[in-house]
Amino acid sequence: MAANGAAKPAMDGATTRRPRLGSMSRPPFPWFGMDIGGTLAKLVYYEPTDITPDEAEAERDSLKVIRKYLTSNVAYGKEGIRDTHLEMKNLALCGRKGNLHFIRFPTTGMERFLHMGHEKNFSSLHTTFCATGGGAYRFEEDFLRIAGLQLNKLDELDCLIHGIHYIDSSKFNGSSECYWYKNPTREDLCEKMPFDFRNPYPYIVVNIGSGVSILAVYSQDDYKRISGTSLGGGTFLGLCCLLTGCDTFEDAIEMAANGNSTNVDKLVKDIYGGDYTRFALSGETVASSFGNMHIKEKREAASKEDLARATLVTITNNIGSIARMCALTEKIERVVFVGNFLRVNPISMKLLADAMDFWSSGQLKALFLEHEGYFGAVGALLQLTKTSPFDVPIDQ
Amino acid sequence: MCAERSYARSISLPPDEVFRNLRNAKRFAMDIGGSLAKLAYYSTVERSRAYDDHHLYEIQEQNELGARIHFVKFEMTYFEKCLDFIKENLVSSHGEMMGKVVKATGGGSHKYTNLIRDKLGLECDKEDEMQCLIQGCIFVLRNITNEAFEYQRHSPQPYKFQTMDADLFPFLLVNIGSGVSIVKVESHDKYERIGGSSIGGGSFLGLGCKLTKAKNFDELLQLASQGDHRNVDMLVRDIYGGAYSALGLPGELIASSFGKMVSAKDGEGQEFEEQDIAKSLLHTISNDIGQISCLYAQLHGLRKIYFGGFFIRGHPVTMHTITYAINFWSRGTLQALFLRHEGYLGAIGAFLKGAEEDDSEKYCWGENYAGSSGLHSTSPPPDFIPRDRTASFDRFELDRLERPLVSLPALLDPPSYFPDTVDLTEDPDARKYWLDCFEEALGKVAARAVASQPSRDDAEMRAQQFMAKYNKRLETLREHPFAYGSLTVRSLLDTREQCLNEFHFADPYQHIKQQENEAALRILPERLQHLDSLEFRARQVALAEGLLAGNVFDWGAKAITRLMEGDDSFGFEEAMSKLQARPWLVDDLDPWLERLQDHPHKCALIFADNSGLDIILGVFPFAREMVLRGTQVILCANSKPALNDVTYGELKILAKKVAELCPTIRTALSEGHLKVMASGAASPCLDLSRIDEMLSQECQRRGVDLVVLEGMGRAIHTNYHAAFSCESLKLAVLKNKWLANRLGGDVFSVIFKYTKGSKVEGKTPSKNDIGTQQPRKSPETDR
Repeated sequence: MAANGAAKPAMDGATTRRPRLGSMSRPPFPWFGMDIGGTLAKLVYYEPTDITPDEAEAERDSLKVIRKYLTSNVAYGKEGIRDTHLEMKNLALCGRKGNLHFIRFPTTGMERFLHMGHEKNFSSLHTTFCATGGGAYRFEEDFLRIAGLQLNKLDELDCLIHGIHYIDSSKFNGSSECYWYKNPTREDLCEKMPFDFRNPYPYIVVNIGSGVSILAVYSQDDYKRISGTSLGGGTFLGLCCLLTGCDTFEDAIEMAANGNSTNVDKLVKDIYGGDYTRFALSGETVASSFGNMHIKEKREAASKEDLARATLVTITNNIGSIARMCALTEKIERVVFVGNFLRVNPISMKLLADAMDFWSSGQLKALFLEHEGYFGAVGALLQLTKTSPFDVPIDQ
Repeated sequence: MCAERSYARSISLPPDEVFRNLRNAKRFAMDIGGSLAKLAYYSTVERSRAYDDHHLYEIQEQNELGARIHFVKFEMTYFEKCLDFIKENLVSSHGEMMGKVVKATGGGSHKYTNLIRDKLGLECDKEDEMQCLIQGCIFVLRNITNEAFEYQRHSPQPYKFQTMDADLFPFLLVNIGSGVSIVKVESHDKYERIGGSSIGGGSFLGLGCKLTKAKNFDELLQLASQGDHRNVDMLVRDIYGGAYSALGLPGELIASSFGKMVSAKDGEGQEFEEQDIAKSLLHTISNDIGQISCLYAQLHGLRKIYFGGFFIRGHPVTMHTITYAINFWSRGTLQALFLRHEGYLGAIGAFLKGAEEDDSEKYCWGENYAGSSGLHSTSPPPDFIPRDRTASFDRFELDRLERPLVSLPALLDPPSYFPDTVDLTEDPDARKYWLDCFEEALGKVAARAVASQPSRDDAEMRAQQFMAKYNKRLETLREHPFAYGSLTVRSLLDTREQCLNEFHFADPYQHIKQQENEAALRILPERLQHLDSLEFRARQVALAEGLLAGNVFDWGAKAITRLMEGDDSFGFEEAMSKLQARPWLVDDLDPWLERLQDHPHKCALIFADNSGLDIILGVFPFAREMVLRGTQVILCANSKPALNDVTYGELKILAKKVAELCPTIRTALSEGHLKVMASGAASPCLDLSRIDEMLSQECQRRGVDLVVLEGMGRAIHTNYHAAFSCESLKLAVLKNKWLANRLGGDVFSVIFKYTKGSKVEGKTPSKNDIGTQQPRKSPETDR
């Protein structure tokens, strides 16, 4: 998910109102939506399960090939992965019934992806392909040149918001899409709790991709980007790669789970010998992230796992701190964290939950969504089907 | 980084100059940081001062004691050695130190408490770091002119110094040490740590040491200054191929710090160096701190953010990034401010803690330019050469002023008042001219200083030292014009006075002043008689011309020095004849005469300039006329000597002498219609935001409705643009050819500027008639 370091000054004050998406009409299959971020490309594929025999007969071979290829595999090439646990079954979309598949691969693999599209004769099926994220702009020419595909480029924030509302209103295979953490700091008592997101406004969205975008959402089509930071998932992984030599996000998270950041960070007690009572700071508070690493002995004693953990905690707490202040400034209590940084990353989610809880004395609530990083791609798919997500009746 | 003791032993201490006056030290405080130590000590210094005998006009030099606080900043590697040095030099005052406590603050204070106790034999109290910092910050903002500045890297003059802020509170103080503390300061004793961040200087240093070969902060900054973060960070254009135009995010904006390092292993992003890593790290951290500070300021409705802590240390790249972040996130509504003495805040605070019994906070303190190192650009140059040993000892000295200094009540808008007419930091031509000018004049100044102390054998030697010191200072200022705040003619003059004092030349003009005063007193009766014989209008013209003619005498001006040294008999009449013929360069005489037809002023405040003809034949007759019109007069003079300006001490005597010759003055003095007061200044120029509190109160009490500023220093170099809420007269003869030309006139051109009081809030006069490149006549000239 492409995220950006900063808000646009000129946009401020004026809330951007987005027009509703168009009315119903049905595009030809296959139905894709894509979100090409700085680090990861996300692809959602709608597999119709109500194909009539007539349809099947008329269907072109290439379409069948693509459907079979995507639905019968869980991994594509070296790095493409289908998140089967996120698959949404029997989903009604645009008058059809089907399954929604969620696929991701590193943005560095875009060229290979396009070559595959060329091999599978993608361009013969239909001429437009809905994509969002920065990559939609960056790779527009490549789409046309390599795969013969004309891109329909979409705004990533529009897609993100529409995606969130569509997925949430659709229910996730009967269970809740949105959840929060009860007792996030207590290993033994921590519980994932469903959250009723039917009447969410206003809320803050913190989208943590390579960087971080922070939006304030006041209604279905009334939102603005209020802030962001360049210290995001890309910073976590980039620093981890440099510090530990790891290759992947999964490795980095795995290492972090087994590390201890207090070997790397300087705590308040390291400076004051205990709590800093004058300013009510507990001795366990991190005073300086990586603050022990200029000391040779400590530098040598810190393990890769410790470094990975410290990086994760530093980046997460920083995001939490900025998100919290944005929420306070906007006077909004619900803060929804999304983005692929949270994938397989309960450490960060619990830290964020605690940060919202602790620093606001329970006034703020950190919320999470099961489909973490896929909302932009879903939003792009919705644009393809020209289905307004809000045409879907929401259970009141 | 702690001191490596074996290494410390091999380091020899720099010359004596570093721990000046240590033998007279009375009290110590220390701020012990990770890599730097700051020592503060209070001492009394002997200052020679010319005293006037109260019965006869005779001058003697006497020594008096003045209070001074010395601050020395040095690397921790010298710490132990410095303690030894202090111990050795404290023998004389050790008795006095007994039972006193060293106040210590800073991260390293608990580690070194025992060492301090053992070495110095003094008890050591730890003081809270944040509290010291906050108190230090308030102290410098209240006492030091041009303490705070904005940093605008791409402007020709990157340092924008702030005038002393009358509305200091509330403000946000962001201290960037290992971590970041964010404190909201509402008053002297009301402040709160509202937040912080663990991503601070320690993170920069820690990650930097881990990711590069750099071993310390300076090396890391050195690397950073050579790097390009774009090889490391993922920019908006790396994601979008260009700008994200829908949100107006430029392509160069950093989308993800270190984002390019993710794919580094694939062999695609291998084109980065450790310099790039260091640069990216500096950017990431400065930006993050800027953003978080901004969010806190907005949340608490604060407009001013002062940054301090070792992470800043005056480094241009750091200050630039933070300024950029604050501008960006606040859309220019918030101000990022830095402090010239940022590194000393903790030490100042600790010192104040220990000095509570001395009421240090009740006094006003002034920066001693002669004894302070000034702000140097600490950015390591591309060809990095380690600074020499003495340079790593940075000094800052404060002199206690005898009286509290406050703003003149008649100033129209104190917050927008800026005393100096031309900021030499902003004007390279003017800077070069004046620096050359002061350099050329140095020999003459030194010669005069020697001549003023004929009975002192060491005068010649001290004069040489004075010259060396001041020359070195001029050199520094050529290189770093911003080293002591705004560089102005005033600051150059004041620094010269302080350097003279430093080498015990208290008043080089004392004898000349005396001779001139005596000569002028002899002519006074004749002058008064002449004036009394004139009709009203002619008399007013003569009085105005008299003020100006007296002003031709000014030993500070080269032209006159030459004139006077060549001809002893050069007198008042000759001076009159030197004046430009009317219309003057700025000629408001007619409106002034017209005003005099009207009701008398309630009270006139006159700032006197030169001794001799000026004060006696120019100012006293003018004051006398005012008194005769029913106007009260406050006549004030410098509290301490500067050039040949009349001092308060001299003026008291002169007033008595004049009273003997003039019954009007005698009655006015005895009945209080004429009051002689000290201005609080010790300068040929005048900063009206720093005048003696008693004078300010007197002005308020008497309802001053006319301010008279006389002389180049007070009316041209400073205050030419000063706006008053009451009427004002600014009078001067331009004795400097360059300046006269710049103003569109010639040497001996006359400025007679009369302005009616302005009540318009926030209205500031235009600055275009002085200080611009194009000589341009001021509108008054066209009359």
